[in-house]
Amino acid sequence: MSWTLVFVLAGTAYFFKVLGLVVVGDRALPPMLSRCLALIPAALLAAIVVKDTFSVGRDLVIDARAAGVAAAALAAWRKVPLIGVIVIGAAVTAAVRVIG
Amino acid sequence: MLRDPRMRQVISACITLGFAVGVFAVSFGVSAVSAGASVAQACAMSLLVFTGASQFSLVSVIGSGGTAASAFGGAALLAARNGVYGLAMAPHLEGSLGKRLVAAQLTIDESTAMAVAQDDPAHRRAAFWVTGMSVYLFWNVGTFIGAELGTAIDPTKYGLDAAFPAAFVAILFPVLKDRVARWAAITGAVVCLALIPFVPVGIPILAATVGVLFGIPAPDGDAAGRTA
Repeated sequence: MSWTLVFVLAGTAYFFKVLGLVVVGDRALPPMLSRCLALIPAALLAAIVVKDTFSVGRDLVIDARAAGVAAAALAAWRKVPLIGVIVIGAAVTAAVRVIG
Repeated sequence: MLRDPRMRQVISACITLGFAVGVFAVSFGVSAVSAGASVAQACAMSLLVFTGASQFSLVSVIGSGGTAASAFGGAALLAARNGVYGLAMAPHLEGSLGKRLVAAQLTIDESTAMAVAQDDPAHRRAAFWVTGMSVYLFWNVGTFIGAELGTAIDPTKYGLDAAFPAAFVAILFPVLKDRVARWAAITGAVVCLALIPFVPVGIPILAATVGVLFGIPAPDGDAAGRTA
């Protein structure tokens, strides 16, 4: 891997962060846009969860992670603290791999 | 402000999240070195790029033999979402330009998600800064440990690959407080899964943002809309 790639990505990533928070962020946004922006975490987090649970690269799969994340979802719903949810997710996934 | 019990709860949840992300960072360090990065490069990425999904996508494309350009493309698209998070966070993070330039580097999935889950403005600001700093610390320590361990451990053996989605499930739940947010989440998840087999890695996550279009109709009585 080249250092150029590392630095170009670092610059690009910071550019986007500053663009949103500092350059555009100061202005008052129309209410409709604000309502849409408030929904970003819901849409993105849900997408990241299903991607990290049900895919490997561009293949859709159902493997031990599905059981782990389902257990984690149940724990989160029962208001188990975050670290507990993570430990349950990882432990169930590892256990299902051992059994399977 | 630590006399406020809710504030203590918020801060401890944010620090815990940082620690959990640190565990995940170990698997990033391992993946980066297995994909051919040096320990210094893995650490530089976590210090400077500091957005996990982009870093993972970069090393996964390079590791599977992709070109630098395709690796960069996917990673940059993933990094673009932090710009959108910045828009959502800006009204809550006023202050000097210097302070906002620091806040910008900490504007990532975790800090934004923890912040928007809070109702009180003071809790929201605290959640952003504590999560951002805690994740920054643990993410970098974890990366270094993982890169040093190199290929000696297999993250899947301990289910560490499920630690990340498990953490996000826990963060997602409080975000789904109204019907509109639940529709946005369902749409994001379905769009993402439907696209995964057909488009390059990284695009499905960006496409999932169509879920925010549920915010267009003005909120009526019971489906109370949230303000950003």
